[in-house]
Amino acid sequence: MNALARRRAQGECEALEISLAGERVACDPSGVLYLPGEDCLVVSDLHLEKGAAFARRGMLLPPYDTAATLALLTLCLERYRPARVVCLGDSFHDRKGAALMPAGERDRLAALMAGREWIWIAGNHDPEPPVGIGGETFGEITIGGLTFRHEPSVGVRRGEVSGHLHPVARLAGRGSRRACFATDGSRMILPSFGVTTGGLNVLDRAFHGLFDASRALACMIGHSGIYPVRFGALAAG
Amino acid sequence: MTARPSPFAPGPSEPDSASIHLPEPFAKWFAGHGWAPRPHQLELLAKAEARASVLLIAPTGAGKTLAGFLPALVDLHRRVRPKPGTRPRGVHTLYVSPLKALATDIQRNLKRPVAEIGLSVTLETRTGDTSQVRRQRQKLKPPDILLTTPEQLALLIAAKDADSFFSDLRYVVFDELHSLVTSKRGHLLALGLARLRKLRPELQTIGLSATVSEPAELCRWLVAQSPDASPEADLITVEGGARPEIAILESEERVPWQGHTARYALAEVYQAIKAHKTTLLFVNTRSQAELLFQELWRINEETLPIALHHGSLDVGQRRKVEAAMAKNALRAVVATSTLDLGIDWGDVDLVIHVGAPKGASRLAQRIGRSNHRMDEPSKAILVPANRFEVMECRAALDANYLGAQDTPPLRDGALDVLAQHVLGMAVAAPFRADELYDEVTSAAPYADLSRETFERIVEFVATGGYALKVYERYAKIKLTEDGTWRLTHPRFAQQYRMNAGTIIEAPMLEIRLVRRRTASAIARGGRALGKIEEAFLETLAPGDTFLFAGEVLRFEGIFETSCLVTKAASEEPKVPYYGGSKFPLTTYLAKEVRAMLADPARWHALPDQVRDWLSIQKLKSVIPGPDDLLVETFPNGRLFHMVLYPFEGRLAHQTLGMLLTRRLERARAMPLGFVATDYAISIWGRRDMGAMIAEGSLSLDALFDEDMLGDDLESWMADSWLLKRTFRQCAVISGLIEKRHPGQEKTGRQVTVSTDLVYDVLRAHEPDHILMQATWADAATGLLDVARVSDLLARIKHHIVHQDLPQISPLAVPVMLEIGRESVVGEARDADLREASQEAMIALAMGEPDREA
Repeated sequence: MNALARRRAQGECEALEISLAGERVACDPSGVLYLPGEDCLVVSDLHLEKGAAFARRGMLLPPYDTAATLALLTLCLERYRPARVVCLGDSFHDRKGAALMPAGERDRLAALMAGREWIWIAGNHDPEPPVGIGGETFGEITIGGLTFRHEPSVGVRRGEVSGHLHPVARLAGRGSRRACFATDGSRMILPSFGVTTGGLNVLDRAFHGLFDASRALACMIGHSGIYPVRFGALAAG
Repeated sequence: MTARPSPFAPGPSEPDSASIHLPEPFAKWFAGHGWAPRPHQLELLAKAEARASVLLIAPTGAGKTLAGFLPALVDLHRRVRPKPGTRPRGVHTLYVSPLKALATDIQRNLKRPVAEIGLSVTLETRTGDTSQVRRQRQKLKPPDILLTTPEQLALLIAAKDADSFFSDLRYVVFDELHSLVTSKRGHLLALGLARLRKLRPELQTIGLSATVSEPAELCRWLVAQSPDASPEADLITVEGGARPEIAILESEERVPWQGHTARYALAEVYQAIKAHKTTLLFVNTRSQAELLFQELWRINEETLPIALHHGSLDVGQRRKVEAAMAKNALRAVVATSTLDLGIDWGDVDLVIHVGAPKGASRLAQRIGRSNHRMDEPSKAILVPANRFEVMECRAALDANYLGAQDTPPLRDGALDVLAQHVLGMAVAAPFRADELYDEVTSAAPYADLSRETFERIVEFVATGGYALKVYERYAKIKLTEDGTWRLTHPRFAQQYRMNAGTIIEAPMLEIRLVRRRTASAIARGGRALGKIEEAFLETLAPGDTFLFAGEVLRFEGIFETSCLVTKAASEEPKVPYYGGSKFPLTTYLAKEVRAMLADPARWHALPDQVRDWLSIQKLKSVIPGPDDLLVETFPNGRLFHMVLYPFEGRLAHQTLGMLLTRRLERARAMPLGFVATDYAISIWGRRDMGAMIAEGSLSLDALFDEDMLGDDLESWMADSWLLKRTFRQCAVISGLIEKRHPGQEKTGRQVTVSTDLVYDVLRAHEPDHILMQATWADAATGLLDVARVSDLLARIKHHIVHQDLPQISPLAVPVMLEIGRESVVGEARDADLREASQEAMIALAMGEPDREA
């Protein structure tokens, strides 16, 4: 199935509510996190203008990724109608992305931002505030007992929500890789939202030491819902 | 030890007076060895001197290579020495071979006659292995004869100095042309040749080829095509020498119904090895090679030196085997297609081919290996692995005697290759679209390319060719005021050089042997055993055992770009092998097999047990005619089966199976799955398809209607992984994304993921993009064998023979045994995920993960 069609269908499925460091959060199968107590929607690694970023470096990838990503985000915002949106970093694929974004996409993004509080968290791809887009930029921010930043910090961090690693998981012995919310109930790493972003297996070395191994779960995004699976039942690759 | 004849070995003296074309030193050289030039060698020389391009078709050992170089050597001999102080001369003769090793081999073998004749001719190779220093020296002082590969030619013509480097080019010799032209490499090479002709319009080509069914195609390939004419090179055909002695192994054991291992015949194979000096054992896949090697050592009581050679093994290990082979230190080598082409190896006196040869021309090549002297018969034994293969071997054997060999048909030049070439030509110098279009269409594979498609490719190279024009400022090439397209930045020249070529390897992981799975072992890595396809490793779970490099290994896991393994305690690998046979049954051989099946008079050539099997089939069901499609329906357990026997090869059958399943679903036959082999397809479902046909609710004519290749195919293909894999190749070859290079962090997996997503986005927003078109064209001809399915549907119209049976027929047994071994293709659903998540769901419901430590 086409990945875009699948993602649209997944967005129709029910979210998985779990407790994260004592807060109720909903892992939505569209790949966003929703905090009902704060009416806040969190989305990570949009990587807008990734095609253009590659084109700047001589690889002329299709210029349609921004439109596709924003279309999916629009569906999420229409469903939750949040008062506040946090973009967890790497919202643009490179530093020039925001400034050189074509007018059509720029307008579309502005329409999404209108009427709500919009927070950009700085990421490694986009360390500076996006030029001419609006919203507020922070290195990290704490909302309702949870701390939001782009890169997961080393060691045990209760209540931290981050992105950056693009977690995916695969069941041992069978099945394909699925994007997932990685969590041990204490901290969480969100899946990447951008339509042309790849993934890193949660068993990769980059995830070592971030979670309490005995409680680590990959909340895997399936065709018809979200499925929490213990790391022990997963395979590398 | 007797000296081996060189591959140039002319025959024994033959009475011939045509040596008028041979200059004195050449005639003396032949005579000095007690040889006479062969008629075809002189004929080729005469034609070349008359300014013709020539295709020489000759069997192995006919002195083909010397024939190919003779015109060049004679011309070089006549050439006057340059005056001192004049500029160095450019390359005189370019030799292009499909293999690096072959170029090196030919150089070595050509040196002797050049020295003995007393020619002052320089010979050098230029391949991916040639050092940078040497390459630069070659540019300053080009050799007279340069031996190279298609990829290197692409780089040479894209260089700024191409014109001077080739300023004296007279001949281009293509070795193994039949194997070069059938792939995208051949397309790139054809475009390269077109450029060489543009630089030197008077240059002549000489093609060397094994026997092919359509020599005219190769003859056209060798010369410039024009809109109103399709000229051909002259053709010289040498009939085969001594007929090979080929036998099918007459086993005392029972020939199995299915499988690909031929394990039943091992003892007999071992006896054959013992009875000969050196045996080459060929199999179709790497995993079959591993298995055969292991099994042979298990019964190798006399500890004969038997070695293993396949492309995935570590280079060092391969070179060791090759060296031992050259010294005649080995009694047998188990090998795969890495040894396919004409490299000369030791004193091989027997070739054993295990498994079906899948195509007569492959068979001829492999048998050619056992003996490079045309006048002595080669000796070969075919070992079929199952009953259908017995018939296939018999058909291949007949084909070999008839000399009717087939190669895949030439297809239209691929558009991704054209895109790469267009960028390369801009790297060489600014170009005019008109001129480049004329040049490109002079190459045979691109003779029918429309101007419009060409323009779209140029646009694609420039800005990606998207309907949404937002990349003008990032253009790689730009149309300038003087009407030429120019590179916008020198870094694109560098990018082109890093990515030239059409060989995209499947992602491979290094296999490293460690003692135990510990953190330090993982960090150190362990000894490299070779490389293995990632796709295979993905099917393994830690603890699974498999065969590699002749050992049973335990899979420990994948760490970054390595696969760690330990030695397994058990001797039996748990994952026996994957895939059946890599190469589908070719059209020609399939036809032969069908003809043999249809004609009981020909069954006498088959072993008793196979003959009995067919006789019972005749009794219990029917034997289909040569153009019939037999469809059998029967109940099996609680399910109902439909088995058909198209004999069109596994790829075509998989495509057909997929399409038929969709149609049966619409006809409410409730199909559950299917399995395809090279010979048959079995589809099973909940409803009695035989009864449905009888009562008229299912029509076979409608089921097999040719319109199946329209919408059904399209909607299935669009989302199939096959298309995504094809897209990835097209994306890399066309320069949309870059190839991976050693030292880059990215693994193949990451590249795969991103191109899949790029494909999805592009399909959703611009389904008619030129790269999507290239991908469809590729998938339809290659992976899915759509052309064969289409031919099949046309062939069987009004020739469908239906048999409703009370039970499984003898002919159906092999394909029925495959059920369960082959995975059924279908949409992966969430059942596995749901099951795996139950435990964690309960834990979550109980609030366990949030427990404070």
